[in-house]
Amino acid sequence: MTDYVKLVVLGVIVLFAAVAANFGRDLAYQVHAIIILAVAGFLFVRTLRRTDEPKPVIDQGEYMDDVIRFGAIATAFWGVVGFLVGVVIAFQLAFPALNLDWAQPYANFGRLRPLHTSAVIFAFGGNALLMSSFYIVQRTSAARLWGGNLAWFVFWGYQLFIVLAATGYLLGATQSKEYAEPEWYVDLWLTIVWVAFLAVFLGTLIKRKEPHIYVANWFLLSFIVTVAMLHVVNNLSIPVSIWGSKSVQVFAGVQDAMTQWWYGHNAVGFFLTAGFLGMMYYFVPKQAGKPVFSYKLSIIHFWALIFLYIWAGPHHLHYTALPDWASTLGMVFSVVLWMPSWGGMINGLMTLSGAWDKLRTDPIIRMMVVSIGFYGMSTFEGPMMSIKAVNSLSHYTDWTIGHVHSGALGWNGMITFGALYFLVPRLWNRERLYSLAAVNWHFWLATIGIVLYAASMWVTGIMEGLMWREVDANGFLVNSFADTVSAKFPMYVVRGLGGVLFLAGAIIMCWNLWMTIRSAPERQYSAAVPAE
Amino acid sequence: MDTYSLLREIADSWVLLALFIFFIGCVVWAFRPGSRAVHRDIADIPFRHEDRPAQPGEEV
Repeated sequence: MTDYVKLVVLGVIVLFAAVAANFGRDLAYQVHAIIILAVAGFLFVRTLRRTDEPKPVIDQGEYMDDVIRFGAIATAFWGVVGFLVGVVIAFQLAFPALNLDWAQPYANFGRLRPLHTSAVIFAFGGNALLMSSFYIVQRTSAARLWGGNLAWFVFWGYQLFIVLAATGYLLGATQSKEYAEPEWYVDLWLTIVWVAFLAVFLGTLIKRKEPHIYVANWFLLSFIVTVAMLHVVNNLSIPVSIWGSKSVQVFAGVQDAMTQWWYGHNAVGFFLTAGFLGMMYYFVPKQAGKPVFSYKLSIIHFWALIFLYIWAGPHHLHYTALPDWASTLGMVFSVVLWMPSWGGMINGLMTLSGAWDKLRTDPIIRMMVVSIGFYGMSTFEGPMMSIKAVNSLSHYTDWTIGHVHSGALGWNGMITFGALYFLVPRLWNRERLYSLAAVNWHFWLATIGIVLYAASMWVTGIMEGLMWREVDANGFLVNSFADTVSAKFPMYVVRGLGGVLFLAGAIIMCWNLWMTIRSAPERQYSAAVPAE
Repeated sequence: MDTYSLLREIADSWVLLALFIFFIGCVVWAFRPGSRAVHRDIADIPFRHEDRPAQPGEEV
């Protein structure tokens, strides 16, 4: 019966997409209509072929791991794509001629930049979070994923969102909100996928066999719920036409700016922090073979983050039309946020107490420790930069970009690499990784890459901030904007090289994971399994 | 009083107090007597059920 409903729905979508491809008022919308037409058409035929056929029986006594395997592949794939685009735009900034004439307007910096940010945050980071939350919630609930094939809908629906967003940027469809660039119909689609994600996660928690909910699940659940709220409120907009991609925001002026940065900062706080802390609280204890240092501290860490992060957004709008009280409020909460962040960092690091020797022998735990170190560093740097006096120097400069990347490459990137190295042998039933030496190479390439990146951006950011505010004896500005641009050139090249190293490390990882799946020895189960 | 001012008054007085009390309550609850054994048990969750879900009838 459900197959017939599916066929009707898919048929209507195919019809609508065909009409939309014909009536579409702009290129991005037309291309998207054709993509949706193809996807819905494929699903229609697939459903039709399976209608009234016997359904495969699913063993409820096993974990649902195939969707997680796909998630691991997608994470590695989108990671390399995102890093590659990042390297390209880094060199475009250093050498503007790389905005190739023949590829205009599609491949200029303005269109590739949101492609890079969304690819690394939402495609790489988002798939890492999908894969980890499906893995962690099953293991810590001792229950199979709830909802059957709904998890597959979440996975493929999310990939469709990524493809629509990425092609939209290149073809010029954007609502110009940072980290929320996709236009209205892509936002609606993501909302549907996200609600399904929440249902799978909550459903699994509700049918859990463990009496308690492990702390990693608290972080992951807060990530899912908060991102849903942020996404819906920040994307309140009215389409100009149902046959076009353009939409108009409901909020305007400073309210719109405040909503955008309430979204933007909490995308950092809940997508890139709470969600990845959920990964930390599971993978670090697992890889160290010891439970988390202090479970009490993890509870306080969680509630303190939840109560504080949501207020910090206004620090993105110092010295703007935003009222002073709001920007002071954002600054104060950002500074207070330093404490729980470091509480969490200490909790993660101290999990290794008594097992520090593993740092010498296990490059995966080393990766996780460096990632926690970068978490600590960027959660110190962030509060400091949110102080108004510091912000008057750092804002609009490359210091901000350096800060973002020490967090994203160091914290999110490294913990995700650690999680992939942890998961792939287990998911594909391998004894071990193909090559630990390659993990070492990846570790050092990535770490040196981040150091080059962050250091060059500190130098260029502070230099540029000082040059902008420099005045002569008569009160005239000393430097023109173009002076700062040419002074930054050497640091831009160093930054690009840092990106190349980071990308090279990720490619080594892909090779290593591929070889692990193909040729590492299979995991042997001992004949006598001890009773639990 | 317009809606904005009213909501702001409520937000930075009673709601602030309620949220703060809730937060302090969470911290106090984490340190309640007897929580140590419970927390030790919860912290061990990742080390159980690595390969298979809890089977029907199994004690967790």
